[in-house]
Amino acid sequence: MDLRDKVTAIIAEQAMLEPGEVKPEHSPADLGIDSLGLVESIFAIEEAFDISVPFNANAPEESDFDISSVAAITDAVERLVQEQHASA
Amino acid sequence: MSGGPRRVVITGAGTINSLGHDVGSTLAAMREGRCGIGPLELRDVERLSVQIGAQVKGYDEQAHFNRQQIALYDRFTQFTLLAARQAMAQSGISFSDEESEMSGVVLGTAGGGVNTWDENYRNVYEEGKNRVHPFVVPKLMNNAAASHVSMEYNLRGPSFTVATACSSSNHAMGLAFQMIRSGMCRAMLTGGAEAMLCFGGVKAWEGLRVMSKDACRPFSANRNGMVQGEGAAVFVFEEYEHARARGAEILAEVAGFGMTSDAADIVMPSREGGERAMRIAMRDAGLVPEQVGYINAHGTGTAANDKSECAAVAHVFGAAADDLMISSTKSMHGHLIGGTGAVELLACIMALREGVIAPTIGFELPDPECALDVVPNVAREARVEAVLSNAFAFGGLNAVLALRAA
Repeated sequence: MDLRDKVTAIIAEQAMLEPGEVKPEHSPADLGIDSLGLVESIFAIEEAFDISVPFNANAPEESDFDISSVAAITDAVERLVQEQHASA
Repeated sequence: MSGGPRRVVITGAGTINSLGHDVGSTLAAMREGRCGIGPLELRDVERLSVQIGAQVKGYDEQAHFNRQQIALYDRFTQFTLLAARQAMAQSGISFSDEESEMSGVVLGTAGGGVNTWDENYRNVYEEGKNRVHPFVVPKLMNNAAASHVSMEYNLRGPSFTVATACSSSNHAMGLAFQMIRSGMCRAMLTGGAEAMLCFGGVKAWEGLRVMSKDACRPFSANRNGMVQGEGAAVFVFEEYEHARARGAEILAEVAGFGMTSDAADIVMPSREGGERAMRIAMRDAGLVPEQVGYINAHGTGTAANDKSECAAVAHVFGAAADDLMISSTKSMHGHLIGGTGAVELLACIMALREGVIAPTIGFELPDPECALDVVPNVAREARVEAVLSNAFAFGGLNAVLALRAA
């Protein structure tokens, strides 16, 4: 499973949907994921990729992590994996 | 004593928190707008992503308790006993046999002996020990503090602990108030405590992603979350005629209490639930919004709370909101979780007795969604007749106290 599929699977599980139903343009809200669900998804992403995601639930839009769509989240995870695993 | 509802007054107060180890120093800090938040000093702090908190500093348990007591008293129990000692001394109340049967202790705490849990889990899981100290259970249980206070002062009436997260202390004090008002009790020691600034306690909060890494700035547009605190405050609530008959100094009158449930979400507050709690508290106290000069806000500094709390206040107070002051003292003493309402009641008493409104410090940028007079940064002198103290907990449990000047 590549990174894109893995992120999609995590988000789909949170939304209680099949991965095939989750499209890159969907926002978390489109998928019925609320703020608590988002915090849980980010935790799952951190665990799955062994990264630390800069995300403050008080101001998600100001966090250095774009959560506007599934595609944006995937790009951000890709970037964090590169940054945080590059030195390893 | 005649039948019907009794009036309830506060005749003693005590506290220990990050702003001071007693009421005088705490109120002085609130007047000066001093901040009790700083770098956390605790084991494994380097593994925390949130490294600030409002810790009780300069505290030596051995200066207050002997070896046997320390073996039995978790930090939250120690804080409670110290606050109770101050409150009892100020009140000067003593109990006949009959009175001691009509007096008890109702305290709020969310976590109880979190330090004891943390330390002993570390022993068995991390250090692989197979034996723990025999007093672990009586030390960590949530009612330990209430029980020790009842023993210390021979209070043989109803005593228990209320655990409703961030509303625990307000629920506890509201119940103590109702028990005296109904005639069931003569006097109650009430308030609450929290001491969860240990590795596990902070780590659990980190998970929710609602904690600030730099400061608690309630109502400020650039706020970025809450900051944990620790400590206790305890009050003597007493039936009015009883207090008057013995010539006690009355600090304030507890006039009303309102509690509601959002019945909506486990973490997101609803405007409606908080609003109803404020309305019920005022109705219970026989107050109209124009009479309430100050609200000590729940004001956690999270986006979710501050917006919904300000909307609720604006809705309840209408035009009267223009003359209302509302501040969050959590900006100074942090969020004491289950003990927070108790420490915040001190700011309410200061407003009523001394005419000093504690500020919301750390306020940098107005937020149109919090367009109330939040008493930014500097304390203010103002005479107020009545005040409210809000507590809106995770789980959607709201508890609001209404106080009048003595």
